[in-house]
Amino acid sequence: MNAARAAAWSINGLLALLAGVTLFPLLWMLSVSLMPAGSASSFPPPLWPVHATLANYRALFVGADLGRYLLNSLLVSGGITAGSLLCNLLAGYAFAKLRFAGRERVFGLLLAALVIPAQVAMMPLFLLARELHIVDSYAGVILPALASIFGIYLVRQYARAIPDELLEAARIDGAGELRIFLRVVLPLLKPIILTLTILTFLTAWNDFMWPLIVLTGSGHYTLPIALASLAREHNQNVEMLMAGALVTVLPVLLLFLLLQRYYIQGLLLGSVKR
Amino acid sequence: MKSRQALAGWMFAAPALIVIAVFFLLPVLAALGLSFTDFDIYALASLKNLRFVGLANYLVVLRMGLFWKALGNTLYFVAVGVPLSVAAALGAALLVHSRLARWKGFFRVALFTPVVTNLVAVAVIWKYLFQQRYGVVNYALGALGIHPLDWLGNPHLAMPTIILFAVWKNFGYAMIIVLAGLQAIPGELYEAARLDGAGAWRQLRHITLPMLGPTLMTVGLLTMVGYFQLFAEPYVITEGGPLQSTLSVLYLMYNQGFDWWNLGLASAIAFVLFVFSLAATWVLVRLGRRKGWV
Repeated sequence: MNAARAAAWSINGLLALLAGVTLFPLLWMLSVSLMPAGSASSFPPPLWPVHATLANYRALFVGADLGRYLLNSLLVSGGITAGSLLCNLLAGYAFAKLRFAGRERVFGLLLAALVIPAQVAMMPLFLLARELHIVDSYAGVILPALASIFGIYLVRQYARAIPDELLEAARIDGAGELRIFLRVVLPLLKPIILTLTILTFLTAWNDFMWPLIVLTGSGHYTLPIALASLAREHNQNVEMLMAGALVTVLPVLLLFLLLQRYYIQGLLLGSVKR
Repeated sequence: MKSRQALAGWMFAAPALIVIAVFFLLPVLAALGLSFTDFDIYALASLKNLRFVGLANYLVVLRMGLFWKALGNTLYFVAVGVPLSVAAALGAALLVHSRLARWKGFFRVALFTPVVTNLVAVAVIWKYLFQQRYGVVNYALGALGIHPLDWLGNPHLAMPTIILFAVWKNFGYAMIIVLAGLQAIPGELYEAARLDGAGAWRQLRHITLPMLGPTLMTVGLLTMVGYFQLFAEPYVITEGGPLQSTLSVLYLMYNQGFDWWNLGLASAIAFVLFVFSLAATWVLVRLGRRKGWV
């Protein structure tokens, strides 16, 4: 039975090694963020903060306006999540359960459009934002993200399992379509709502290219944009940048750990056809 | 009754359809139009300066040395990064799935964590880990007797470093999908193989890998389409350097469009990249079909 034990050891050893590789950069970030300014840039590179301090966080929140960017990120991601949840749920349910002329053709068109990368649209989108006077505003980031084809697809897949008889029974009772949606359909969609919430919030939080383009002044910067600009300006201040990185990573990491089951379910549903 | 349902259907779908039409589909069509014009900073000031130039932008792109450089870099990133990411995902999934693995839940989350981290934040971390003088990576290599490497300052090493970063950041996503694929393989197949005396290695080669074909195909396609959109990694880590060795096509589009305001030219670059990405997808799907994986 020695061979089996050796196999078990090597498999678990390899797993531990891999987990070390994935987690080390994050632990290093935490550790360096607690070091006094300048102390990480020495040889050998310190792994542990000998004189732990929160000075970097203080410098960021007091001196670099990080609180404002954190608030911007929360506002933008929260706004996108709430708005697109509403739009995608309504549309996904309509495409799954309500019969209307042209439904399949429109949905087919949406699926076909999934192959087009978002970047293709960005130049005209910027010009449109300029016409609408939403460049450098929250609306500039939020409005284009208020619905997503992928989100509609996800809801539709899930809503198709709702039995028609249930809806028909409610109609015979004289309930209007909106009332049926709110009272009958939404409670049944609860798991997919959670999935969609966390997927959307994480995507919005981590979005980079469009906010970088549309947010031309620093007042509305989201955390990733602010961090990227900090990293260019304060190239030497590793400790402060790691504190900034931690503030950028932590909220969504916690959200993921809290709701990981729903997140992974959405990931799997999405990979079937995208 | 029927018409009321139809009306409700359109009303329910309308908000999402309007957003997608106004902020995505119309801009895509407009981008095609824009790519046939000389839209630049003067046109941004006044549309009177806008002229139709036919295919001139596309000709400029195809004659631009920097475009081919960026395309070469992007293809390098895709050609090396996608197989590495899928291989890492497969290896990790096999380990986590193994009957002998312990703390499966912990390892699955730990290996998946980089996927949900913020790209900019971890790119900044990466930049300092791979720093030449004080970086932890060179220090660790030094312990093995390897001389410090200038990972991000050497034009031959910068792209490999970014590829390593992308693999680290993304393999967990593919791993989750491969894990689901592994769980879908019927256990009887392995039992039958064991009765025939097949060892772990032969089970892997003759059952696991063939059964995973379609899953690996899906994962490869998703990863590839994503990798063609390389932008934020070089933007944060190397700013496209050194010597433009990490300049990607999308980075070039961003430079042309939003640093120089050549929006017509940038749109043409976007469409050319789209065509290359579609062509690569087509090739991969054809290959997959031959093997019966699509």
